[in-house]
Order: sequence, then C-alpha cells, then structure tokens
Amino acid sequence: MSSGTFLLDGKTVSFRPGESILDAARKNATDIPTLCFLRGTTPTGACRICLVEVKGMRTLSAACSTPVSPGMEVLTDTPRVHAARKLNVELLLSSGRHDCLLCESSGNCKLQELAYRYQIDGSLFKKPDQFYPTEDANPLIVRDYSRCILCGRCVQACNELVVNRAISHGYRGAKSKIVTGGDAPYHQSECVFCGQCVEVCPTGALTEKKAKGTARAWETKKIRTTCPYCGVGCQMWLHVKDDRIVKVTAAEGAAPNRGRLCVKGRFGYDFIYSEERLKTPMIRENGQLREASWDEALDLVAAKLKETIERHGPDAIAGVSSARSINEDSYQMQKLFRSVIGTNNIDHCART
Amino acid sequence: MILVIGSNMTEAHPVAASFVKQAVLRGAQLYVVDPRRTALADMATLHIPIRVGSDVAFLNGLMHVLISENLYDREYVESRCTGFEKLKAKVQEYPPERASEICGISADMIRDVARRLASVKPGMLAYTLGITEHICGVSNVLSCANLQMLLGNVGFECGGVNPLRGQNNVQGACDMGALPNVFPGYQRVDNADARTKFEKAWGVKKLPDKPGLMIPQMIEGLTNGTVKLFYIFGENLANTEPDIRHVEHCLESAEFVVCHDIFQTETTRFAHVIFPAAAWSENDGTFTSSERRISRVRTASLPPGEAKPNWWIFKEIAKRMGHEWSAKSAREIWDNEISQLAPSMAGVKYARLRGDGLQWPAPNEEHPGTATLHRDRFTSGLGALTPVDWIPPAEVPDEDYPLVLSTGRRLYHYHTRTQTGRSAGLNDLLGEETADISPSDAKALSIGHGEMIGVKSRRGQVFVKANITDRIPQGVVWMAFHFREACANWLTNPAFDPITLTAEYKACAVRIEKVGEKTDQRI
Ligand code: SF4
Ligand code: SF4
Ligand code: SF4
Repeated sequence: MSSGTFLLDGKTVSFRPGESILDAARKNATDIPTLCFLRGTTPTGACRICLVEVKGMRTLSAACSTPVSPGMEVLTDTPRVHAARKLNVELLLSSGRHDCLLCESSGNCKLQELAYRYQIDGSLFKKPDQFYPTEDANPLIVRDYSRCILCGRCVQACNELVVNRAISHGYRGAKSKIVTGGDAPYHQSECVFCGQCVEVCPTGALTEKKAKGTARAWETKKIRTTCPYCGVGCQMWLHVKDDRIVKVTAAEGAAPNRGRLCVKGRFGYDFIYSEERLKTPMIRENGQLREASWDEALDLVAAKLKETIERHGPDAIAGVSSARSINEDSYQMQKLFRSVIGTNNIDHCART
Repeated sequence: MILVIGSNMTEAHPVAASFVKQAVLRGAQLYVVDPRRTALADMATLHIPIRVGSDVAFLNGLMHVLISENLYDREYVESRCTGFEKLKAKVQEYPPERASEICGISADMIRDVARRLASVKPGMLAYTLGITEHICGVSNVLSCANLQMLLGNVGFECGGVNPLRGQNNVQGACDMGALPNVFPGYQRVDNADARTKFEKAWGVKKLPDKPGLMIPQMIEGLTNGTVKLFYIFGENLANTEPDIRHVEHCLESAEFVVCHDIFQTETTRFAHVIFPAAAWSENDGTFTSSERRISRVRTASLPPGEAKPNWWIFKEIAKRMGHEWSAKSAREIWDNEISQLAPSMAGVKYARLRGDGLQWPAPNEEHPGTATLHRDRFTSGLGALTPVDWIPPAEVPDEDYPLVLSTGRRLYHYHTRTQTGRSAGLNDLLGEETADISPSDAKALSIGHGEMIGVKSRRGQVFVKANITDRIPQGVVWMAFHFREACANWLTNPAFDPITLTAEYKACAVRIEKVGEKTDQRI
C-alpha cells in the first residue's frame, strides 16, 4: 500500500499528511457524527461521539483528533462503534434537562438529532436535578446551564474563531461550567456580544434572547444577504418567518467572514420594524410637515428642481448620496444629477 | 506581519479584527500604531502610541531608518517604483530624533520598529479613519503607501495598503460615481471621451464637464447662496459633520431641502419634502465591501406603509423632468447599465453574484475577479513614491484649550444610531456617551469616574460622563458621535484636507471642566 492511502471501511482512499480521520472520511463522503468538533479550531475530542475503530488499537479513537497514518485501517460503522456512540449520546442526554418541546433550539439541535438517530430516550441514567441558574441578565444572550453538555464549542469559537477570549472552562468535575473571566455576568465581562458562541452551540444551552419564542427552526426560511453596517461586508442568513426577520446567523464558509459576525451584524436587524419608520411622503407647509401622496411630493420636487435650474442654473443644486444604501441607488442618484439636472454636484461621505 | 495604523478595528470592524487576532495566535507579528491603547494593541507585538496627528512624522522617521540602514527592498523599488530619490531627500529631513520630537516615540523605538518591519515579508498595512480624518489625510495615506512600497509589500496577498471602509457601501458609492469628479467606474467627468460615452448611454445631449462640489463646499454654498436646493439621501449631516451648530445654520439657510430616509433624523428637521425609503432588507441590490467585493442584498420583507426603493424615487423624479428610464429593478440597473458602463465591472452580472459575490476588477464575464491589486505591476504602471511633509493639526492645544479631542466609533453603535439605537439590546449595552480621559488628567482636575463633566471647544460645549481609563494617553479626550446630546461634533473643527475635503475629526483643542464649577451656558 502506498504512503498516501489508508483503508476506510475496507476501501483504499487517499489522505493528505497530517489530516485527521474525520477530515479524510468527510472528504470521502463517509459520515462520522460529531458534536464538539468546530471547523477552524483545534479539535478537543471532548464529546466522544466521533469514535471509530482503528485496527490494532485497543480502545476506540476520536476521529477528529486522530491523524491518519499510511496503511491505517479505520472502521466507522461497526456494532462496537455504534454501541459506544449510543452510550455517549445517552450519557449526554442524561446530563441535563433536555425537554425538547420546551427548548428554543428544538429542530436546530445536534443532540436532539443524535438522540433520534441512535433511538435514545435518556432514561438509562439518573439525571441531576440541580443546575447552575440560567444566566440572562444581559439583553442578548441566554445561557441555560441545564442544557449545556460541556462540549466546549462556545469556548473554541470565542477563543479561536473570533478571538475575543471572554469564556473558558471553569471549576472541576461535577461543578464544571463554562465561565467568563471571574465568572461574572456576561455584560460585566470581557464579552463583546458577537454571539458566535450562540451560533455554534449544538444544543439549547445558548440561545438568543431576541429570537426567543418567535419561530421554530422548521418554520423559517433562510435568505442570504450582506450586513448593513461596516465595510467588511459579512455574509449572513436572515431567518424569516411570516415576512419578519427573527434571527441572523453567519453564512458558514462564505467569504469574507467565514462564518463570523459581530454584535451589530448579528443583533442589529430589528430597526427595520421600528414604529418610527417613515411610511408616507411628507411635505412642509407653513413650517409643519404633513403627509402627502407620492404624486404630490414627487411633482413638487420635480417642479422645484426645474424652477431652480431656470432661475439659478443646475449648479445651484447639490446632492449627497448614501454610503449605506445599495449601489443601484447611488447610481440612479448620480445619473439624475448629471443627466437630468445637469450638474456634477453629487457627493457622499466617502471620507467618513 | 501586520501593521495597523489609525484603526480601532475590534470595535469598528470586528470581524476583520478577528482575522488579525487569529493571525497573531498563529504567530504573526502585529504592530499597532495608535494614540490610544486599543483592544487590538493588547494583542500586539508592540503598541506604538504616537501623538494624535503625528503620523507622517513617524512614518517618515521609519523610512529614514529603512533608507539610511539600507533595509528597504531595493530591487522592488528599482523595478516597480518611481520617485525614490525625491522621497529619500524628503525623509532625510526626518532622522529618528526629529521624528521622535514630533510623534513622542523614542528614536530607538522608531529604529527598532523599522528594522522589525523590514525583517518579515510580506507585511500588510491596514488603516482606517485615524489616517484620513486629518487636514493632512492625503499625506497620511501617501506616507502609508510610501512605506509599503519601500518595504516591497504592495502587490502580494497578505501585503498591500488596506483601508477598512467605515460604512457598508462607501466603496460602492464611490464606484457608482457618487463623487463630484467621476462617472461610475472612476471615469472622469472632465474627460471628453468619457462624457461622450455617458451622453450616448443616457440619451442626453450634453453632460456637465466641470467637477462639482464636495460636501463641505455644498454646505458652505447654502449660506453664501450658491447652493439653493439641497438633496440629501440617507445621511444625517446635522449630526455627522463637524461643528453641528454651524452645519445646522447652513441647513436652515437652504431654500429647499429634499430628504430620503427611513426615519426622521436631526437632518430631516430641515427638509421641505421627505421621501420614505425602503431599508436594507426591503431591497434587492448590491453592496461593495472594503475588498471591492460586490455582494447581493436580498429582500426579506416589504417596506412599511408606502415606503419605496430609493432607485425608484430617482427614476420617478427623472420621469417628471422628461426622462424615461427603462430599468425596472436594481438588477436591470446593474446588468443593463452599470456593468455596461464601468469597464472594471463589465464582467459582474447578477447571475454571477450568487455565492460569495465578485471582487472587481472583473473586466469580462469569464473573469474570476481580482483579490489583490497591483500584482505584477502597478495598475498605473510604476508605483509613485511621493515625498510628503508633516504638518500639525489645524487646531493644537493652547492655554485656553489644553487637551486634544479625538473621535471615533464604539462597538455597540453605528453612526448616529438611527439603526442601532432602534435595535433591541444594543442600546442597553451602551446607552450613553462618555468622554474618555486619562487617569492623570482626571486627577489634575479631581474628576471622578462617571462624574458629569463639561467638554468645551471653540465651537461648542457638551456635558457628558467622564470615563477614566488608562487606554487614553495624558492630554487626550476621546468621544464618539453616536448620541445627539453629547455628540462630539458639537466640538469638532471644520478644517479640511485641501484635496479630499475630509474633515479633521481626529484632532481639535478642548478643555474639560467639572460641572458645578464655572461652566458656560449650554449652547
Ligand atoms: S454552552 Fe453549548 S457550546 Fe458551550 S459547552 Fe455548553 S453545549 Fe457546548
Ligand atoms: S458573545 Fe462572543 S465574546 Fe461573548 S462569549 Fe460569546 S463568543 Fe465570546
Ligand atoms: S457583521 Fe460586523 S464586522 Fe461584519 S460587516 Fe457587519 S458590522 Fe462589519
């Protein structure tokens, strides 16, 4: 057997040096379930769901953190593997209060998926009945410790993906808990509310306060768009139910943000539903603004433009375009100014 | 190696900052040049706290060292740049000792930084408004470019001079020709061929050939009567321009003001007509990011009430002035007009913008787009090294106003909060403005943390809570412009870069006072 290949479920397949069993298997369309694995971060092997059999090894190996070696024989779907995964899911399910029908993440939960896949009801082990109190003193993020399986994905995301370094594993043994520095409430910690931890949490332990109760995962449709805030141009999914955005998540793997968002991009969407939105054209009359029809307002502006051009020339008109609106709007505005009004007095705050 | 200058990336461009921080975790060196000890500076190999407005002196000092110690990339400079001798003569006037006097960084540290920058390749330079918002903004940018060319760092992935655009579509608005001197795709209005091309495309006899006014000139024009009708689309000028009192006076003088907006703002108070506009997710269209990536914006819901897309409003006005425009959607505007008229975007069509969009230049429909500019040669031929001199800010501290006010943005808000102020949660995280001051200045005036203080400049005064933090150097006050009452722009100086007319938001002179003692009446 050549050095760049190994045996995956009896088939000879190639791998790149240093590649993990998990990556090599996924490349070869072989499914290995995972919970704690988070692309782009160091694998921790914490959840023990990706266990596989490696010929010659006494114990099962975690596929995410075991590198392939030439000629290795890997079995991903044996009764032994199945039983071990099932047992581990059973343990995770019993570790907390996983009452899916009340959980915000139902339908968007890796644990729920695996419990179903391995047909587990969570009755094999005794459940703890004491949990740390839910942390939701801040306006955006809810951390429900009773649903945390301590997979560490949130910690990985915070420290390695967005590098905000706000949370870590704290305490030991049965007291284990994900904590901010000094175990302070989120809004009094280093946390910058990017919500990356919420996005990667495979269970209902971390959820968005604003999205709570607005929609079940299967009720929403996802629309891909671009963030309206800074010039990074992050790609995002709008989760929309009944024509209303209920949540925003990052577009996984997409350029430029590769699955990341910041606090503004993730949580700054609901201004569009503000009651203060302008809903009709307005015209000032005797110093007061009053509602007007489109025709009336458009006619008035066109008349004023014409009148100003006649009396003072086109250069007596100046316009500022918006650096926030779409390209097509700016194009139309400069076209109006140049080709209809006849002036180059068009600018935007390019410099701010 | 990454050099970040004048950019508070973790707050203004958080996701870009994440990539920088990740690079640091993987071993990249990071140099942060900023008067404030920003969050990014905490992760830096070195934080270099130059004085506000001393960038050119510092950069010239670095280049002095690179040239005198022969550390610059001679081969790159000889084969790809022009103007070396002139640059050399200029930076010779800035030995580290002199640069040090101006920028406050020791001569030894300047030498050390120059040597470090020369030791790794490629190196990336990223800047934001800390570079441009000065009366010497253009010189600052040229200096950054000079440095990167001397180091042989332009034209490579992970190299170059990278401005992070403040707003989502500043790049796009420029690309679209919302500028007084260029048509879409940077074709100059004073070029007869360009005009002929657009005259034909737009079906008009004659397009104006004189470059138009920039925003500060427009605003001045309102008071001196040269501008009668002011058309403001989606900008809150009454809060974002320096010296609010003056700007509002100008807006009041306009004969007629038209606004498009999604909310009433401080600026729409001056409007004679307001058009209600569709917002972000109520439109189909495109944004162009800092890296010239054109990405789709898609509709999630319909605009409220009778609000309409902005492009439609412009089209309707054109119609009423005798011009029938055929495009009936943003897609038609892009595919049938913009990409036909802007050669650098000729290859960009909506059908190609499905996944991750395209980075222009993409001159034809087979072109994959361009991630890195100036790859083998500069777009304009040779890279021009341009000697520049340091000048101080327009207003420097004196006896009456002994501190420097510098301004910027904070993480939880965006501009004048028309959007973030109406997004649940964000306002709770940051509900008011503060004036950030150093512990030593606070002590000198016995100001306590959280105490209300007056901040006063020659233009105005605001009352705001003091935030005492060792991230601010002595002699500096730092504020943002998110909150109307305590908006830094009551104070900022309307002094502008002579070329771009960018205002000096980053430096003016102020004094701070304890409230309760003698403070002037609220202006
Ligand atoms: S909060 Fe979620 S992501 Fe974090 S450790 Fe618990 S289950 Fe895993
Ligand atoms: S919100 Fe962001 S910064 Fe805060 S803990 Fe989660 S990942 Fe870390
Ligand atoms: S999510 Fe944050 S970093 Fe990304 S574009 Fe939006 S504002 Fe910028």
